[in-house]
Amino acid sequence: MINKIIISLITWFFGLVFFFPILWMFLTSFKTEMEAIKFPPSFIFELTLVNYFEIQERSNYFKYALNSITISFGSTFLGIALAIPVSWSLAFIKNKYKDFILLWILSTKMMPAVGVLVPMYIIFRDAKLMDTHFGMIVILTLTNLPIIVWLLYNYFAEIPYEIIESSHIDGANILNEIISIVLPLSLPGISSAFLLSVILCWNEAFWSLMLTSTNSAPLSVFIASFSSPEGLFWAKLSAASVMAIMPIMVLGWFSQKQLVSGLTFGAIK
Amino acid sequence: MQLTRVSYGKIILSPTIIILLLWILVPLALTVYYSFQSYNMLDGGSTGYIGWMNYEFFIFDEAFYDAIINTFITVLSLLLFTVFFGFIFASLLNSDIFLSGLVKVLYISPFLVIPTVSALLWKNLMMDPINGFIAFLLNLFNYEGIDFLNEYPLASIITMLSWTWIPFATLLILTSLKSIDKQMIESAKIDGANTFQISIFIILPNIIRSINVIILLETIFFLAVFAEISIATNGGPGTETTNLPFLIFQKGLQNFDVGESSAGGLIAVLLANFVAIFLINLLRKNI
Amino acid sequence: MKLFFKIITLLISLKEFMLKLISTISLFLFSFSVFAEKLTIVSVNNGDMVRMQKLASDFTKKNPGIELDFQFMEENVLRQKVTLDITNKGGAYDIMTIGMYEAPMWGEKGWLVPMNDLPSSFDIDDILPAVRGGLSHNGVLYAAPFYGESSFTMYRVDLFAEKGLTMPDKPTWGEIYKFAKALHNPPEVNGICLRGKPGWGENAAFIGTVANAFGARWVDDQWNPQLTGPAWTHAFSFYVDLVQNYGPKGAPNNGFNENLKLFNQGKCAMWIDATVAASFVTNKEESTVYNKVNFALAPSAVTEKGGWLWSWAIAIPAGTKKEAAAKKFIMWATSKDYIELVADKHGWANVPPGTRTSTYTNPMYLNNAPFARLTLAAMNAADPSMTGTLKPKPYIGVQFMTIPEFQAIGTEAGRQFSAALAGKKSVEDALESANKSAYKILKKGRYIK
Repeated sequence: MINKIIISLITWFFGLVFFFPILWMFLTSFKTEMEAIKFPPSFIFELTLVNYFEIQERSNYFKYALNSITISFGSTFLGIALAIPVSWSLAFIKNKYKDFILLWILSTKMMPAVGVLVPMYIIFRDAKLMDTHFGMIVILTLTNLPIIVWLLYNYFAEIPYEIIESSHIDGANILNEIISIVLPLSLPGISSAFLLSVILCWNEAFWSLMLTSTNSAPLSVFIASFSSPEGLFWAKLSAASVMAIMPIMVLGWFSQKQLVSGLTFGAIK
Repeated sequence: MQLTRVSYGKIILSPTIIILLLWILVPLALTVYYSFQSYNMLDGGSTGYIGWMNYEFFIFDEAFYDAIINTFITVLSLLLFTVFFGFIFASLLNSDIFLSGLVKVLYISPFLVIPTVSALLWKNLMMDPINGFIAFLLNLFNYEGIDFLNEYPLASIITMLSWTWIPFATLLILTSLKSIDKQMIESAKIDGANTFQISIFIILPNIIRSINVIILLETIFFLAVFAEISIATNGGPGTETTNLPFLIFQKGLQNFDVGESSAGGLIAVLLANFVAIFLINLLRKNI
Repeated sequence: MKLFFKIITLLISLKEFMLKLISTISLFLFSFSVFAEKLTIVSVNNGDMVRMQKLASDFTKKNPGIELDFQFMEENVLRQKVTLDITNKGGAYDIMTIGMYEAPMWGEKGWLVPMNDLPSSFDIDDILPAVRGGLSHNGVLYAAPFYGESSFTMYRVDLFAEKGLTMPDKPTWGEIYKFAKALHNPPEVNGICLRGKPGWGENAAFIGTVANAFGARWVDDQWNPQLTGPAWTHAFSFYVDLVQNYGPKGAPNNGFNENLKLFNQGKCAMWIDATVAASFVTNKEESTVYNKVNFALAPSAVTEKGGWLWSWAIAIPAGTKKEAAAKKFIMWATSKDYIELVADKHGWANVPPGTRTSTYTNPMYLNNAPFARLTLAAMNAADPSMTGTLKPKPYIGVQFMTIPEFQAIGTEAGRQFSAALAGKKSVEDALESANKSAYKILKKGRYIK
């Protein structure tokens, strides 16, 4: 029992240490600018919503949030749809190039975004994809596809081949095999790949800044407007940040079990 | 005609592979093309072929050597910290504690924060030497505020990134820990094994797989770290926190030299591919 | 408890959200209709610009049928996006905020719509000559100035009085050094707060003016960089000495904002920086020392050319299809009427400074802005022409060179300056590195034969 208390205390202590910066930012968002830079920092102070109002005045948070949602979920659905056939094929079909293909797919993620910025900018401009939802979905799908493929492959590979074989004996064709056997068995893996992809898209801060302007700009652009203006800005920045990360934090909290379970690659039998 | 299963499988692969190929080849081809041109954006277009000059300029730039070293230091130290602390925290979370579900939420939160927000948060609210929270804590213990981003720039960046990625490693290791059969540990204890032996022979083999996954995924991300550096230190002071992606960014979007940044981009791709091949060969048996 | 506050926040902002939601949806529905012309404006997120957005309803009332969509971002990101857009003809923005650096260069290249056919109510001759010149090429104005600034000295009269010191109207750097030494009393008060943050518009700009004061220039008339010459070496070692000994902790990373924060908290006895800071430091809402500040010109040394010249201006990319609407907006935002609008809603001390002579002959302004007289003097003293430094120079610009390559040169120099200030490099090494890199860049750009 003593052990439980001590270990609980230690665990909780570190947990709070990890969480503290976020908490601090949350508190700061309710201070006035002058209060926010006071030193020593104040823990008890008069709460104010003035920062949130300022932010609403300056930028339409709703538009950015809607864009973030559209782009993250759109790109995730597309990614999963493209990845399932590939992962299935690599997991269940004999293919002597399998390792090479997996490696190559993963290596496509190694391309540094900055190096191809100008070519991508020109391609987007000419294909009229600039500042469109579709353009952003496409590019984020391609960026995250390797990870999704890889995650799904690992999860599919854990399904015992006997189950697949027995479904053939029962007369299932390939489509049936995928839809009624593989997918249901790997649902945890798919949902965690889904969540991870949504998180990665939401937090993406390079392409979303460079290839959008007003129509499809997501929350990462929203933040940029509060990041380093003339004058005092800590409180407003905190408020904007809270608004930008809140949706994903809530999503992450409620689905942490899902997120975690899928990342085990079948270690749990 | 019934397609055989095998050929069906290969055909299904094609669309996605083709899409990825296009995604890689087209921008990459353009990048290669630009890397041989003298192209400053402010001139409005390329002003002519200059052979290998961009590569020369990029590689023999003082900053290149620093960038490579910094990239490696960043990646290696982060891998070490995340795995090490990930294991410790995962072990803690795996034990019998109060409200474990709730405290897990605290641990995963840093990973969910947008990198730009995280960098701004650390740079301003936490690490500011005069008004930051850490300065406040130091003052409580009678120390002067420390200017982290100037005196220990790379360490500060690594701290920020650890804050974000230790939760990731913790989660992965935690789930493998949970899958270890408690019976095995109990019977080993009965057989007289001490904690050390249990760790090496029972726990370690089971989490190796998670650790390999962590290393592979994290390396990909760490080689490309950019947002935190650009916001917190802008590569400085001097070149102390400049890594390869940042150097490429600097050439491309601060100096607006498309030629040189394309050359740098190509070099970065080659480097990353080498690392990928090396890693996968190293870890392949365990995946 | 926290939950309670969260709910309250939610309820109150719910109303705002609903309003925005409805407007977003209706905007989407109506985006297919053609009667509203939408102007996308991108700007730096400085106080004056943000204020402009708040007052934009005045414009839309006078110009129904034109809709405004503002995008704000910080200076560096703005520069990247705007340059990327205009050089690749992306067409994402209808109106851009640019500075004195870009305007003449891009005007020369034909990338901006010239502003020479604005109606006479705009009163182009009212614009301060230095600002007008800095935003023109071959006599044609390419960007309408939104606000202009030079640099000057701000100091705490109370601290000076305590030590029995008096700040002259035209101080020298030597005098500033003595004052800083006398007033330095960490951690409560630092002798002087100065810029160290790397960036061609941050520390490099400021140190450039210090160098000018010491008789230096960025390059000689053959475009050979002069950073390792005697004037620069003298200027920079002086600067490092001053900042390291009598400046605040964290100086190598302090830019305008950080120093503003310090000064407003009362932690600087002196601060030399942009004239726009004046309205912030004398603002009761933002400064704890708002009534204890006075001003003097930027310090001189060998020459009196110690202050800089800068203006944020609004321009229209060439090839836009919305030129007429865009020009209407520009007329509105940079007109005398706008200045009066701001005075009306926010007080005379907060009108955009440094653009029009009429502002500086307006008694209301002069009475409400104690810094006005000196701001004007500083701006008039700044000379960006080729004879503006002790020895003539082949470039235009006070604290920068108006050539595309300067961004690279200045950024690299700024990086080296910051390293020296942080004690990571010696002054000589830093200047050597900066000079070498400047040489490479100028050679690659074929300035040096």
